[in-house]
Amino acid sequence: MTANLKRKDLVGLLYVLPWLVGFLVFKLYPFIMSFVYSFCDYSMLKPPKFVGLYNFIYMFTKDELFPKALLNTLKYVIITVPLKISFALFVAIILNMKLKGINLFRTVYYLPSIFGGSVAISILWRFLFMKEGIVNKFLGLFGIEGINWLGDPRIAMFSVSLLAVWQFGSSMVLFLARLKEIPSELYEAALVDGASRLKMFTKITLPMISPIMFFNLVMQTINAFQEFTGPYIITGGGPVNSTYLLSMLIYDNAFKYFRMGYAAALSWVQFVIILIFTAFIFRSSTYWTYYEYDEGRF
Amino acid sequence: MYSQNKIVKNTISLFITYAFLILFGLFMIYPLLWVVSAAFKSNDEIFKSLSLFPQKIVTDSFIKGWQGTGQYTFGRFFANNFILVIPVVFFTIISSTLVAYGFARFNFPLKRLFFVILISTLMLPDSVNLIPRYILFNAFGWVDSYKPFIIPSMFASTPFFVFMMIQFMRGLPREIEEAAIIDGCNSFQILLRITGPLCKTAMISMGIFQFIWTWNDFLGPLIYINSVEKYTIALGLRMCVDSAAAIAWNQIMAMTVIAMLPCIIIFFAAQKYFVEGIATSGIKG
Repeated sequence: MTANLKRKDLVGLLYVLPWLVGFLVFKLYPFIMSFVYSFCDYSMLKPPKFVGLYNFIYMFTKDELFPKALLNTLKYVIITVPLKISFALFVAIILNMKLKGINLFRTVYYLPSIFGGSVAISILWRFLFMKEGIVNKFLGLFGIEGINWLGDPRIAMFSVSLLAVWQFGSSMVLFLARLKEIPSELYEAALVDGASRLKMFTKITLPMISPIMFFNLVMQTINAFQEFTGPYIITGGGPVNSTYLLSMLIYDNAFKYFRMGYAAALSWVQFVIILIFTAFIFRSSTYWTYYEYDEGRF
Repeated sequence: MYSQNKIVKNTISLFITYAFLILFGLFMIYPLLWVVSAAFKSNDEIFKSLSLFPQKIVTDSFIKGWQGTGQYTFGRFFANNFILVIPVVFFTIISSTLVAYGFARFNFPLKRLFFVILISTLMLPDSVNLIPRYILFNAFGWVDSYKPFIIPSMFASTPFFVFMMIQFMRGLPREIEEAAIIDGCNSFQILLRITGPLCKTAMISMGIFQFIWTWNDFLGPLIYINSVEKYTIALGLRMCVDSAAAIAWNQIMAMTVIAMLPCIIIFFAAQKYFVEGIATSGIKG
């Protein structure tokens, strides 16, 4: 019996082996090395040279682009994540109603999301928000004078962020799936008790969807911190670096100037910031997420 | 009287709901419809009207755009995308299913720890590994080939898919599998004949997501692919926009439409798998 069990264990391990090897080679090893490289000067032509904290000191004292990119990235996250999630929830609640033709609307609202951070959609965005582009043409219909959406350093980040907000589809589908699982008895009971709509929303709907809210928040935050393609294609980081993000700084240092050590240090700073934000969401979630079963908890 | 009031109230709220859904929906879909119509417009007209219907339908933007600006046509980039994407999708499905089967149906030492690691990598930002992975693949001699995409896909490297598959398999009844064990099937035969076929929908939605993500990927090819001959659609489009500056926007729009087309076709052909995939795994996007 025990021999049998052992054999079965080994078989199970065998199935998991590809993932284990992949994890060690493509995730754990690079993860450790990225930490090591961040203390090195490494151009790939010569072996890495240990420079201690130099990369980090340089980053915080000499690199003028770093504070700019950091601030821009925070701005991007703070604009996109709350807007995207509130749109997703709002539309999901409406789409959860029993209405005729609801599937068509679901398709329409989800469709923009399938293109994700693709070059095609970024080109489209650049074109829509150009000075002579469609958005301004549309505003012109109402007699509003065109705004320099991508050329004005004060507005460019907002215009670029809208692309991510527009793609709220997958968060929406997650909310929708959860909303469907809320037992209707809860609402019926509340109705009998004479609860208002607002009360039902805050006392039933919000607590019931809070785990999904949490999941969306974590995932969208992690993704937003790493955004690259959209701003890179739409504005190239301009005007006057107003949409230049951390991911672009990492990319430029690594693949344009081949400063691999410095780029690794930057990516670690990015990683630590993401970690702090996620940890904050995790910690705070104990106060606002509700789980029916404890296993659901992270 | 009361009930009639209620009916009127309901009708009004229904009307408002529909009005909102339609208006907001138009805003959502307009950019996508517009890019299609722009591809059929003449270059002057693109900037002139908001209309989705071209005054004069132009089709040569597709032909000229397809020829590209350089040595290679979009046919080349398009073919390259398929050469890259198809093996990635194929290996992702195979490897993720095998690994999920191991997690969902077996007990082995350290299983809990491995599962926790799998879940944590779900939240590990890719960018922290970007640089060492490039250095590693460069040392392997994989740069300027599709190996940096295809080989990791053989090792179930997207934790999302493994997790989604595990969740799906846990929902399957075990009775048939147990019956098959009694009949003398080994675990691989069970996977091949019973569990695998039952997982078909999850496998398809995994394949669809991997297809669309890899198809649209930009940063990966930007880093690993150097020679224009091996460019993917994303790189080809970028090159086109950068070199074209102000000319022939309708050609660029035409190629943008072409680049989006496979995703649109897949989306409409497989909508139910799509929603299922997102709902079971909470996929990003």
